[in-house]
This record gives sequence, C-alpha cells and structure tokens, in this order.
Amino acid sequence: MSLPKPVMRGLLGKRLRFHAPIAVVLSIVAAVAFKYGVTEPRKQAYADFYKQYDAVKEFNAMREAGVFESVRPTGE
Amino acid sequence: MLRLTAGRVGSLVVSRATVAWTTSSARMASHTHEVTEMVDMSQPMYLDSQETPLPDKPYKDVLTAADKSLKQKEKGPWSQLSKEEKIALYRLSFCQTFAEMKQPSAEWKTVTGGIFIVLGITGLVVLWQSAYVYPPPPRTFGEEWQAKQVQRMLDMRVNPIEGFSANWDYEKGQWK
Repeated sequence: MSLPKPVMRGLLGKRLRFHAPIAVVLSIVAAVAFKYGVTEPRKQAYADFYKQYDAVKEFNAMREAGVFESVRPTGE
Repeated sequence: MLRLTAGRVGSLVVSRATVAWTTSSARMASHTHEVTEMVDMSQPMYLDSQETPLPDKPYKDVLTAADKSLKQKEKGPWSQLSKEEKIALYRLSFCQTFAEMKQPSAEWKTVTGGIFIVLGITGLVVLWQSAYVYPPPPRTFGEEWQAKQVQRMLDMRVNPIEGFSANWDYEKGQWK
C-alpha cells in the first residue's frame, strides 16, 4: 500500500499553461472566421447593391405602391 | 442527491409543535410498531458524503471487546496490522467506501419518467386550453391580412440588401 504522493501544488498554473494558448488561438480563429465569413460578404453585398441603385426609380416605384403619406401615387 | 434515511425523517418530523399531536392522538396510539428512532441532532452526526470526506464522528462508537483490542493495536506500528485488520479498522470509522458511495442508482429513470408524465399532462392541459379558454385571435393573424402585410413590406423595400425584400424579384413579381 505505498502509492506515490500525488501532485499537491501548481494545479491551476498547469491548467492555465495548457488551456490559455488554446483559448488565444481559438479566439483569433473565431475572429478571422467571422471577418471573412460574415463582414466581408456583407460589405460586398452592400457594394453590389448600390452599384446599380437608381434612387429615383425606387422612389417612384414606392410612391406608386402607395406607401408614402407626403406624396400620393400619380393617379390621385 | 441527499439520501433521506428513515431515522432522519423521524427526526425531522419530531419537533416541539408536532410531538403533542403525534403521540396523543388515538390513531397513533394503536400503531405501536411505528416507533421511530429519536436522533439527537445537537450531537455530531455521521454522514457518508463525497463533499465532506471526513465525518464529524466515527461510524461505530460503541465498540465490542474485539474492536477495542484492535483499536489498541492500531496505536502501535501499522506495518504489524494485517490486511483484514486494516479493513476492519476502516469499517469501524466509516460506513461506506468512496467506491460504494459513488455507485450509480436507477433514480434517473424515475426522474425522467416523472418529467415525461408531467410534460404529457401539461400537453393535455394546453390542448384543452386552446379549445376552451383562448378568445378569438386578433384580425392581424388572418390569412388575408398577413398577405396584405407582406405586400406592404415589399412595397416599402424592407431590408432590400440582405433581408426580406432581397429575396423578392421585383421584375418578375415572385420570390427568388
């Protein structure tokens, strides 16, 4: 019945030395993934939309549909 | 989970207020076999628990003569104790080993079964409720109103870049 004495000290430090680099790497990966998975496509979508956007045409279409209160459709 | 032994239930029930009606009522007088052991909760108690590995008192405090001689032998060098004697000394101080304490029980089946039964009853109550309790829904829930709402959202160009109206093809007049 002579077992080796178990490790009594430095347990938290050992855990942190193991997990902290993993945490840092995973955080950076998450940030990079979000940037190239979400924000860059979103910026591109907005740029593409406004490249061919005719504000006056859209306004007239909305006016004819009757959604404005200040300017009614041309018929009325 | 805390195991509620019969002794503890007895000691929980017996308080200053309930002593009067438990012992003096005619019903209790006829149940002479139901005498619960009175535990003095003001004294240190023994408890098998993983969270408190060293209880307040040893398991067996009334020792037989053989136990007493073993305890005397324990005061000497422990290398002279045989394996059976060491185990006997352990069992004097403790009721269960950690392995015995950690043994899983079938309690989870009762718990999950009870949860599903209660969820089932709740489902029946909800069904009855939707038939007999709820008032008529608001007019905004109707099919026609919802269609007019969608049309108005498209007319207003709600979220035309990535959201709602982005999925509508304005030239063809249909969903993309």
